[in-house]
Amino acid sequence: MARTLNEVYLVDAVRTAFGRAGQKGVFWSTRADDMVVKVIRALLERNPQLPPERVDDNVWAATTQMGDQGLTMGRTTVMLAGLPAEVPGVSIDRMCAGGMTAACFAASEIAVGAADICIAGGVEHMGHHPMGQGADPNPRFMAEKLVDPSALNMGATAENLHDMFPEITKEEADQYAMYCQQKAKKAWDEGKIQKMIVPMTVWTENGWRVADRDEQPRPETTMEGLRDLRTPFRVQGRVTAGNSSGLNDGAAGVLLASAQACEELGLKPKMRLVNYAFAGVRPEVMGLGPIPATKKVLERAKMKFDDLDFVELNEAFAVQAIAFMNEFGMKKMDDPRLNPYGGAIAFGHPLASSGCRLMAHLALLFEENPGAKYGLTTMCVGLGQGGAVIWENATG
Amino acid sequence: MPEELVTQFKDNYVETEAGKIAIVTMDNGEDYRKPNTFGLGGIASLNACLDRIAETQDVKAMILTGKPFIFAVGADLNQVPEIKTKEEAISVARAGHAAFKRIMDLPYPTVAAINGAVMGGGLEIALACDYRTISTGVTAVAFPECFIGLIPGWGGTTLLPKLIGPEKALQIIITNALNNNRMISGREAYEMGIADRLYEPVEFLDDTIKFTVGVLNGTEKVERPQPDFSNVDALCDAAQAAVEAKVHGMAPAPYRAIEIIRKAGEISVDEGFALEDEALGDLIISDQCRASVYSFDLVQRRAKRPVGVPEGAPLAVNKVGVLGAGLMGSQLATLFLRRMTVPIVIKDIKQEFVDKGLNYIQTEMTKQAEKGRIEKTRLPWMLSLVKGTLDYQDLADCDFIIEAVLEDMSLKKKVFAELEEYVSETAILATNTSSLSITQMASDLKRPQRVVGFHFFNPVAVLPLLEIIRGEKTDDQTLVTAFDVARKIGKRAVLVKDAPAFVVNRLLIRMMVVQWDLVDEGNTFKEVDEALAKLGAPMPPFVLLALVGPAIGMHACETLVEAFPDRYHISENLRKLVEMGKGSVYGPDGNVDEEYAKVLKVADPPKKSTPQEMIDRTCEAVTDEIARMLEEGVVAGPEEIDLCMILGAGYPFWNGGITKALDYLGYSEKVLGRKFHPEK
Repeated sequence: MARTLNEVYLVDAVRTAFGRAGQKGVFWSTRADDMVVKVIRALLERNPQLPPERVDDNVWAATTQMGDQGLTMGRTTVMLAGLPAEVPGVSIDRMCAGGMTAACFAASEIAVGAADICIAGGVEHMGHHPMGQGADPNPRFMAEKLVDPSALNMGATAENLHDMFPEITKEEADQYAMYCQQKAKKAWDEGKIQKMIVPMTVWTENGWRVADRDEQPRPETTMEGLRDLRTPFRVQGRVTAGNSSGLNDGAAGVLLASAQACEELGLKPKMRLVNYAFAGVRPEVMGLGPIPATKKVLERAKMKFDDLDFVELNEAFAVQAIAFMNEFGMKKMDDPRLNPYGGAIAFGHPLASSGCRLMAHLALLFEENPGAKYGLTTMCVGLGQGGAVIWENATG
Repeated sequence: MPEELVTQFKDNYVETEAGKIAIVTMDNGEDYRKPNTFGLGGIASLNACLDRIAETQDVKAMILTGKPFIFAVGADLNQVPEIKTKEEAISVARAGHAAFKRIMDLPYPTVAAINGAVMGGGLEIALACDYRTISTGVTAVAFPECFIGLIPGWGGTTLLPKLIGPEKALQIIITNALNNNRMISGREAYEMGIADRLYEPVEFLDDTIKFTVGVLNGTEKVERPQPDFSNVDALCDAAQAAVEAKVHGMAPAPYRAIEIIRKAGEISVDEGFALEDEALGDLIISDQCRASVYSFDLVQRRAKRPVGVPEGAPLAVNKVGVLGAGLMGSQLATLFLRRMTVPIVIKDIKQEFVDKGLNYIQTEMTKQAEKGRIEKTRLPWMLSLVKGTLDYQDLADCDFIIEAVLEDMSLKKKVFAELEEYVSETAILATNTSSLSITQMASDLKRPQRVVGFHFFNPVAVLPLLEIIRGEKTDDQTLVTAFDVARKIGKRAVLVKDAPAFVVNRLLIRMMVVQWDLVDEGNTFKEVDEALAKLGAPMPPFVLLALVGPAIGMHACETLVEAFPDRYHISENLRKLVEMGKGSVYGPDGNVDEEYAKVLKVADPPKKSTPQEMIDRTCEAVTDEIARMLEEGVVAGPEEIDLCMILGAGYPFWNGGITKALDYLGYSEKVLGRKFHPEK
């Protein structure tokens, strides 16, 4: 039987606060799957027109799918969140771009007519699951020199990017990071970030606390402070904790629906998915990923970079963001199109969750800027990939 | 004094649209297996926490909650035996009242977020808050105080009736407590009006914060029905009559609680608290309270780690055999099937017996399914696990075989000898005897070390006790496996030496001998039953005899007469009762059976005893018997005697089983010149 493809809309996007990974982090005693449950329930609560049994799939990503992120989390969280048993669920992994991939996978289900409404997202409790936990890399990687030894250490790949682009100095990277912190502070002070965070009461050693704000932002950051930080990945290196995104715990998710489902249920769409693309790069310079991915998606969408009003780039490292800006001729260091509410250097980067955080930011930017038409969410991925999704403002 | 595991009160703050809310967490630093309790250290921590909150600017409301799965379960019982004087007891009561009163007096809304188990002082601190939310995940809401010889004396006896009225308060404080500490669920507590809101566990605290914000904003309105005290006297009279029927004036706590509930409608909170102080002052140091705390500890802790069980891994039990498809065999097969869900083979000597047994199992299992205790869809499969047979060969691959044939030594020896030809070397042979010697039963077997006694109590599905009897040759492996099986079928097992009639029957029958003596001397059955009801057993002796069956009672007695002719004998009147085939000394109208009355022979003229004399003679006899049993090493200590009496004969907590009562009533010193539990 012939069929038509469906347009896919993002109806809502929400996240938990992002905590610092480790025992001192607010989420240390909280399970990753419980964070996912909180996001799922927040999406349903914020969109009461949606009967829970209408959710056609629950798609969740995590990089380390074991322990509290294991056991087909997409399915377990259906039950834990109190969704009807009839709702199916799936787990997905594309490392840092897990959440982005979950959203694209769910969108594809809707686009081909296999689903009307999906919840998708990503979680990473890096306190419970340090990157690479339990992994057993194939010895051929090293024996056959398939990758550079630095490829598995994300900070080292960032140093490699500085090598590749000697014109990007440490000072530039620090400056980028400082602007990021300032933009994030401004957005918080204006109450923007709070709109995207669902407060969650969590158990800690000191009793129950409400996790309602990110732990990582350092609004007081100065160039002097950044200059003297250690460069843990190399002697006389350029990558520091100050110009990187950090290790975090967090979950973020989106509610996606077909045009028809939005109309039927009265769901208010925020943006339309135009197209998406993933592209590979050499693992040792994985931070380049967004560049080929963005080129690819622009080409598929038959668009130019300048058609984009906003770019939400997951700045795993400042150097990678600057390389992206250089490539596409953006204004350094504070192009108003790029991460206007700040980015991962301030908020943190709980791997698989970040893709959906970017979508939350872009959706809010569209809401607040009705004149904006197109936007991009893009990110780099460990082991050398980039992901890029183009969205159209649907709030008008 | 056992060190107090202090429950700390930890304050955190959250900024909301309605302002700053303090979130206070009660946490003793352990997981749910060690619930939060309150001792004086906990009270001090609460006071310090309230001081910190008072110093914090702009607090608009306070939420009080527990650690995961636990709100708080009341006072730290370990401290109770250390309180020696009434003054000390009153000061403990006052310390709790004073701290909880501080919560009541806070100038802003306070909300107890009952996230988990809530009992006693935990429920009282919740009642001290203005509002309560409760999670649907809560399964344990209770005021167990009257069950352990206390009253809810940190405000509960006053505040609960003021909140939900005397009828429901009596239900929780008296009826549920005395009904083996029955607990209610979070949903039931909400429906009774104890909590104002019921939320799902998944976002319980987030929902409670939203509720609190709503209270502050005025968007949440809490409406409670006015408590109805119009018929408080009638309600309290009825409750008191029920208590009387249960404890016969022997346990003071429930009476004291009813006294306060009766007044709760007309007195102020402070007046109520003062009455509670006074009551706790008397009760904390009472013998009944100490005995109850002792009993509670026995049942909660000692029963879970039976004394004398050897170390080692149990053998796997993947298939169970039952010899004898009579009522006992069928009950046992049902129990094993329900609890262990393994294939069961039930053997008898005639097909009609087997069929009757299978029919019983099917009927019982179907009843369980109808009550929702077994999934209906699972029932046919479970029933398919049971197989009836006439052939020992079908028991060949059973790992554990229990016999429930007639109580006859030669018959039991015969079936075990026949069985041994078929089963594997490691198969365990258990005997469900109530009085025969395990050692003797095993003596002619090739492998006597595999025989163990499993003495259940009727009704098997209800009474939790299992006396596990070690014969002279029973080996450690058999014993370890036997205790593992006991745990799997949900029984509390006590290790008993192979001695005549084991524990519970030996003691009950020693008392029965005295009771028949009293009848033979010319006291009526009624007089004896009424006098001895005060001992606190679930039913008086001649009612119990009807339940057990006079023939079985006499049979068990015969074993003891043979073993201890100096102390045990069988009344001719009992013999007659059995010969006539009567099920009870009483007829259906509750009077002595007319036919039996005609043949009853008692002393003429009758030698009447006072109720106190009847109690004295019974208690002195049982004191003597317990001392002998401990001397013989029948069980590890008086604690095991008490566990058996509580779990197997339903003796009350306030008696401490039995030995604590014999101590505090003075019988042990009178008979033995010493107590079973010497003061430390």
